[in-house]
Amino acid sequence: MTHSRAIRHILLALSTGLTLTVGGTASAQLAGDVLIHDPSTIVQSDGKWYTFGTRGGGLVSEDGWTWASGPVRPGGGVAPDVIKIGDRYYVAWAVGGGGMSGGHASDVKIMWTRSLDPNSPQFGYHEVGTVVSSNGVENNDAIDPAFLYHDGRLWLSYGTYFGSIRLIELDPATGLRVEGNEPVDIAIDMEATALMHRDGWFYLLGTHGTCCDGPNSTYNIRVGRSRNVLGPYLDNMGVPLLQGGGKLVAAAHGRMIGAGHFGLLDFGGDLQKFSLHYEADMDRSGRSVLAIEPLLWRDGWPVGGSNLRPGTYEIRSERSGNVLQMKVDFVRIPFDARRSWTAPRDAPVRPIADQTLGDVEAGWPDGPVRVELSADMIRPNQRWTITPAADAGGWFGAPYYRIVIAGTDRALATTAAGEVEATARAEEDRQLWRIDQLTDGSYRITPKDGGEGDLALMAIGTSTPTLARFDARSDAGRWRFVEP
Amino acid sequence: MSTMRSAILRLVLAGVVLAPAPLHAQQVPAVPPLSDYFRPATSTPARPDEQGFIRRWLLLEPISRPNPTNTVFTGSYVRRALDPAGYPGDLGALPRDGQVAAGTEGLRWHALDSTLWDVKLFNFAQALGKPKYGVVFWAVTVVNSPREHRNVRLAVGSNSASMWWVNGEEAASLFDDRRMVMDDVLSDRMVLRAGRNVIRGAVINGPGLSDFCLRFVDETGAPIRDLSIEVQ
Repeated sequence: MTHSRAIRHILLALSTGLTLTVGGTASAQLAGDVLIHDPSTIVQSDGKWYTFGTRGGGLVSEDGWTWASGPVRPGGGVAPDVIKIGDRYYVAWAVGGGGMSGGHASDVKIMWTRSLDPNSPQFGYHEVGTVVSSNGVENNDAIDPAFLYHDGRLWLSYGTYFGSIRLIELDPATGLRVEGNEPVDIAIDMEATALMHRDGWFYLLGTHGTCCDGPNSTYNIRVGRSRNVLGPYLDNMGVPLLQGGGKLVAAAHGRMIGAGHFGLLDFGGDLQKFSLHYEADMDRSGRSVLAIEPLLWRDGWPVGGSNLRPGTYEIRSERSGNVLQMKVDFVRIPFDARRSWTAPRDAPVRPIADQTLGDVEAGWPDGPVRVELSADMIRPNQRWTITPAADAGGWFGAPYYRIVIAGTDRALATTAAGEVEATARAEEDRQLWRIDQLTDGSYRITPKDGGEGDLALMAIGTSTPTLARFDARSDAGRWRFVEP
Repeated sequence: MSTMRSAILRLVLAGVVLAPAPLHAQQVPAVPPLSDYFRPATSTPARPDEQGFIRRWLLLEPISRPNPTNTVFTGSYVRRALDPAGYPGDLGALPRDGQVAAGTEGLRWHALDSTLWDVKLFNFAQALGKPKYGVVFWAVTVVNSPREHRNVRLAVGSNSASMWWVNGEEAASLFDDRRMVMDDVLSDRMVLRAGRNVIRGAVINGPGLSDFCLRFVDETGAPIRDLSIEVQ
């Protein structure tokens, strides 16, 4: 069993005096102190976002991008989860088990508080008690609890590789186990489970592979689904999770190794993300870090998405299929149109050069130029270079981006009247954009200062973009980034 | 409407005059009469249709501006071609039905209601026996609003390029070789005044069909329909 190694490694790190606070690195996904193992589902309390990890450590953030060491929950133990029901934040965590000292006897405990902010008058943990245990000899290890609150009922999954993953039902009014409820086996070969419900399906997510081995960890997040919360949960190939099935949701990528411990973040409006930890951030000494990534849905299955990679793209509207362009005179590529179809078949065939920025830039106005949507012509006024803005912050796993006409300093910017233009002269904040992947894989483009009205870049006409309230029911606010 | 003008228009609407005489009556059909696409505007104010499209317009017979292709309609070209300084008349006054436009060779204004959601400029010109290609059409109407509407947008589609002004301010520009689709280009947020609002537009076309559609929409994209439209 590998979980015990994680705990031992963390304890070792602490005992050797290694700091848990490191600054954000240029290539790291989040900024600030993101060192954590087994992060709980991120929840909001008193305007801030909280997650707790093994051994009571926690992180806090105001924007989901820059994190700091946060308040420590009481109780110690491992791998907590948090859920808000009514005015209570329930916290589940495990004491014992996990193979620590070779043992698998463990208790899952529950406590609640009305605030996670120690400075709030509502803050104060009340312990409910132990809701389920493993006795150390049965094929179960009662750690890694995870909540699901659906249709007025509160469920808790738990367990690790030592035997089965199990499910119990709690009373949402008290946090206590429902009287007479017995644990049900729902999976094997998993740990760090999580539960979701969507469109009539219950989803059981869990982590496969080896944890706690830094850049050599094979941790990856898998899923199965069932119409019944009690199972059976099957994967996309029909393999029961009780027989080791599980469809991949998230795995290593880039310099992030060992994806584990899924937690849903549902912002509404077809914008979902998930928290996880990577066993090793190769830009942070191979340490275990918090990450937040887009969650997509395809054919009824959750799929890990991806932040937009820096690069040069055309930005295509899902509404009209037209691409975003600076509104300047169209410049024709010199060509005798008749040669398209009347040139002799044996005439020499040779490439024609792309139109370049140098071919057209001199004819562009100096000042701000409005943007519009037009047919994709792979032209310089349609190519946008998108880069994370250095030290400008971000929002829930994605940095703020600058979107600039390639090869120029003409940045996509908001205007005071709520329109959009390309300009080299806008104030910094007017040039910063969130680019969040939506559940269908398209992207939402949100101005940094557009939060209050839930504004986004919207195609309100076939050819007209503007800033307007995002509407998830429409394609008007969905964009694709296309490589020219 | 002048008596002579009215008589001519009735004949045109009936397809009696101005249609080219066929050389071989059974082989060359008559052009569709104006009545296939328009009715004479009446003195009773009109309403936007169910989708909010404004159908009542004063249309000027086409001004010749030969262009063998629509690909020349860059923003710079269209701004020069449709410069309000070249408007054939007094920008401060509304033309009258049947009035000959100043500075033209006898081109007249026609007060019409489109029978369709869009305004078929090509068919307007064709039915009147006027040039259909390589032309500029001017259009004017008056929208009366019972109250002030803030943050509305003018939503236009045109074939081919066009420019539009509301109460003298440029509101929308559609450049390049355009096809007419509803809600192609929307203006910035604007105020539709309580009372009288004058909308003026010009459409330029080389070869091919020519038409336009226009409506006002609110912040949600819903059409604004509590308007009355007149051309007097």
